[in-house]
Amino acid sequence: MQKITQKMLIDKAVSLLDNGTVTKVLGWMEGQFKYDVSPFVFKSKEALEKGFVFNHFCGANVSKYLVKETKKDEGKILVFLKPCDTYSFSQLVTENRIKKENVYVVGIPCDGMMDISKVKEISGDGIIDIEFKDDKINVKTLYDGDKEINANDALLERCSNCKSKKCVYYDELMGENGEVSDSNRFDEVEKLEKMSEEERFNFWQNELSRCIRCNACRDVCPACTCEKCVFDNPKSGVENKAIADSFEEKMFHIIRAFHVAGRCTDCGECSRVCPQNIPLHLLNRKFIKDINSFYGDYQAGEEIGNRAPLVDYTLDDIEPNEGVMKGDEEDA
Amino acid sequence: MQINNENEYKPLIVAFCCNWCSYAGADLAGNNRLAYPENVKIIKVPCSCRVNPMFILRAFQRGADGVILCGCHPGDCHYTSGNYFTRRRMTLLFSMLNFLGIEKERTRVEWVSAAEGAKFAATMNEFTEAVAKLGPNKRLEDLRCKK
Amino acid sequence: MQRIGVFVCWCGSNIAGTVDVEAVSNALKNEPGVVFSTNYQYMCSQAGQDLIINAVKEHNLTGIVVCSCSPRMHEATFRKTAQAAGLNPYMVEIANIREQCSWIHKDMALGTEKAIILGKAAVAKVNLNAPLTPGESPVTKRALVIGGGIAGIQTALDIADAGYEVDIVETKPTIGGKMAQLDKTFPTLDCAACILTPKMVDVAQNDKIRIFSYSEVCDIKGFVGNFDVEIKKKARYVKEDICTGCGLCTEKCPQKNVPNEFNLGMDNRRAIYIPFAQAVPKVATIDPNTCNMLKNGKCGVCAKVCTANAIDYTQKDEIIHEKYGAIVAATGFNPISMDKFDEYAYSQSKDVITSLEFERLTNAAGPSQGHLVRPSDGEHPHTIVFVQCVGSRCASCSEKGKEYCSKICCMYTAKHAMLTRDKYPDTEVYVFYIDVRTPGKSFDEFYRRAVEEYGVHYIKGMVGKVSPEGKKLIVQGSDLIADKQLKIEADLVVLAAAIEPDKSARPLATMLTASMDTNDFFTEAHPKLRPVESPTAGVFLSGTCQGPKDIPETVSQASAAAAKVIGLLSKDKLKGNPCIANANELMCNGCSSCEKVCPYGAITYVEKEFRMPDRTTMIRRVASVNEAVCQGCGACTVACPSGAMDLKGFTSEQIIAEVDAICK
Repeated sequence: MQKITQKMLIDKAVSLLDNGTVTKVLGWMEGQFKYDVSPFVFKSKEALEKGFVFNHFCGANVSKYLVKETKKDEGKILVFLKPCDTYSFSQLVTENRIKKENVYVVGIPCDGMMDISKVKEISGDGIIDIEFKDDKINVKTLYDGDKEINANDALLERCSNCKSKKCVYYDELMGENGEVSDSNRFDEVEKLEKMSEEERFNFWQNELSRCIRCNACRDVCPACTCEKCVFDNPKSGVENKAIADSFEEKMFHIIRAFHVAGRCTDCGECSRVCPQNIPLHLLNRKFIKDINSFYGDYQAGEEIGNRAPLVDYTLDDIEPNEGVMKGDEEDA
Repeated sequence: MQINNENEYKPLIVAFCCNWCSYAGADLAGNNRLAYPENVKIIKVPCSCRVNPMFILRAFQRGADGVILCGCHPGDCHYTSGNYFTRRRMTLLFSMLNFLGIEKERTRVEWVSAAEGAKFAATMNEFTEAVAKLGPNKRLEDLRCKK
Repeated sequence: MQRIGVFVCWCGSNIAGTVDVEAVSNALKNEPGVVFSTNYQYMCSQAGQDLIINAVKEHNLTGIVVCSCSPRMHEATFRKTAQAAGLNPYMVEIANIREQCSWIHKDMALGTEKAIILGKAAVAKVNLNAPLTPGESPVTKRALVIGGGIAGIQTALDIADAGYEVDIVETKPTIGGKMAQLDKTFPTLDCAACILTPKMVDVAQNDKIRIFSYSEVCDIKGFVGNFDVEIKKKARYVKEDICTGCGLCTEKCPQKNVPNEFNLGMDNRRAIYIPFAQAVPKVATIDPNTCNMLKNGKCGVCAKVCTANAIDYTQKDEIIHEKYGAIVAATGFNPISMDKFDEYAYSQSKDVITSLEFERLTNAAGPSQGHLVRPSDGEHPHTIVFVQCVGSRCASCSEKGKEYCSKICCMYTAKHAMLTRDKYPDTEVYVFYIDVRTPGKSFDEFYRRAVEEYGVHYIKGMVGKVSPEGKKLIVQGSDLIADKQLKIEADLVVLAAAIEPDKSARPLATMLTASMDTNDFFTEAHPKLRPVESPTAGVFLSGTCQGPKDIPETVSQASAAAAKVIGLLSKDKLKGNPCIANANELMCNGCSSCEKVCPYGAITYVEKEFRMPDRTTMIRRVASVNEAVCQGCGACTVACPSGAMDLKGFTSEQIIAEVDAICK
């Protein structure tokens, strides 16, 4: 399969800018460090050539940025979407958050993006430079010299459990489209389900007690695109940041997980950006797993216009008290 | 005569009842003088589908030991489909709470019609007893960012 | 900040007996926002209401909490009181300290504590209450009656008589219902047809009434005053407006062996038929399952003989959309199936029949022209055994029968027995019964005539077995009074089958969002005080769809339902429920989640221009709630991810305030 390079993407973007198809380009820009890549809107050929990057650290799901960008009266925007980003994209189109007609989507294949914390586990701290190759990177460090690291050895969790290499929406595709993958993404959830209630509680208390309420998970989440978040809205009855014994503090992650239940595409951005490495994606995956087993397989964002399971029902859905018990039977 | 032991643990139960069936069922229990524990406190909502998971979490976090949601039987919703949405929402919420380690006996959905006063009282007695066995709810109060 | 008054009711000793009302009113005095708190013997009395009104004026109250009986009892009363005091009626909240407290708790200390907490929750809610004003919606001045039996007929006639338009939808080709199949009616022994058919004619001739026969209701949308109904008029392959009902086709049709439903399959009709002579509308109907022309294009006799050219083999089902202000369910009943009662040999012997079959057998227009004969051989029966409560009061075997009493069987069995003995004195008649129930005007007298004048043998006890033996039916039963087992050689056995609601009632209830009991009878809004209304506004109940009834009861209920309908249709505008959903446009994402869960289609979207903080404008898609359509269930409030959707009168803030007050 043809490998997509940074140059190919810049060339594509420049040609679409030149022929007037689009007026701006949503992609990734290098930050202070080589691995510190973040989404950026480029508005000229010059800006693209100066700042546009595409490498093993372009994990950021850029679809969320289209919510704002497509509302602006600035013409069409070009966006490069990895397969998992296309799921978020079509989910957001379904929810009328993205104006599809204002976007030109170029689907790009993806073999998985790297996780800098895993890289650092191998290379050690003090990374001063990174050289990018096809399926590996060469890391120069202050203390431990150079290290060559295979991309596959330091993938983001969501990439090592990739659910799909298929772009579900695009105007144009670079390279070949992949397939929905057989992933083991629910293994970790199942492991937790098999634990006793007390063990599970200890696990989660340990994880969630590390939360510093930085809101990074919410801010990056493509399902969290609300005009105003309930946690910022005094009328919602949830917001009470100032009080020490705060409901919001304690219930933030449960409420957030429920708010995105049925709409979460399992893009894994929440866990990627968490500075405390809390496995937040497990909450979302628990919902996805339950939805699949209770109401039939459902992948949010798979197709534009799909009806989310929580705004749907059948006459003989499982009863809530039985749904909780189900875990028990599996234990036995 | 009822003997009241001062130290006896009495769980606080919050019961959300839909206006059309379950609240009327509770009224019927009252009409028929069917007793259930004083610690069961009812909050009236128009339909079980008005109950936001947030309300349930709030009750737990503020000290409730058990939360029960009562609505019309599936198919009998005054608003046709409200309780079907309730059913899905609560199935997922309860499963999630249990996934987080919250005892599943603390959450319950029961369908109680306006004619089922006896069922209402029996359900409340039984639910209170099940929650009492678990002791006070500490987990959901503690499941927070700061340990 | 609200200025709240708390009013604790003693309800005589109903509340004050188990709750220290003084302690409750004292405790609530200190709650935030409360400026006045008192208790009184009967808050709902005029004196109690005056007390509230005076307190509102004296203390400039903005909100009221009444700690009393269930809001289902007196919320409306106290809202009116608030209004009389110059407050918005929705500034009232009720703490239910009777049904939920004093009536179920025995311990004064615990009951008082609970009452205080319930009061605190109500105070917490009122602190967040806002005045609400109900929206208004127009009323479509037309009623729909579903079912064309005597109940539907009476309701339609009464509504039309008051000057409103009525449509009757009847699934059968003719109106008339079960009553049209009856021979005589108890206790006066009038001929059923003689009193029913003139009413049917009245319906046909009333220019306010339209009959959709051979039709069914497929879909109902909307709400009180504004129902949108889809009616399917099934193809009858005969042009209704042209057919003269001469009946020639029904004589010439070569397909002769179709079981005649009207006579319960005891004789045959043709593929084209008119159910009975006085049918309304009196037009023929082709049965597509048996007509050769429709099945394989080979025949066409009816079209050839029809001088009016009314036959149309190409006719299609027609869908009619109509608006109604009120809907009356009059779907009626059916006898239950006797398939599971093998002990009575119903499926083994033709001479074991149901009471409705007996009606046809004794009816002059029936299969035997009114001669009482055995269906098996046409011979005159000399011994007839009637078995009562077949499937009624059948608590032990709910799969076979019904737990309830079917109410009409005692009387019609007495009628059958009496008529038999009157016309055929040589026939011995036995009636097996559990109890004979005759609570009705002239009912017991009627029953006594059967026993005492006509010599009907009433035997208290049930029949255990009916076994065909040769031409006879051996009936084994017990006589509980004589305390002995009986064996009767009968020629005919008549089973008083329990009655059950028509099968169409359940799907109809679903369409109407009307509630039903476990037996599929429609539930009334109140069993005593609102017996002809469904809890669903604008839906009314007529006849046996609400419970077993005889004809006089059915007719009175039908007229009562009509009166309710007339009361509704006479209004030009309806005031809605102000506790409805409301979208905060500034927070709405336009994601359509709310629209997908709304059972009434009350939510639409508009593209709206918003001014941004940087003085630019942005066009956003935002939800808009139709106030007349929203019924206030709140499904949308939870579906909304941003919390933009809230429910007036039950806002998230209010409910959380109640939770907090209870859990404090």
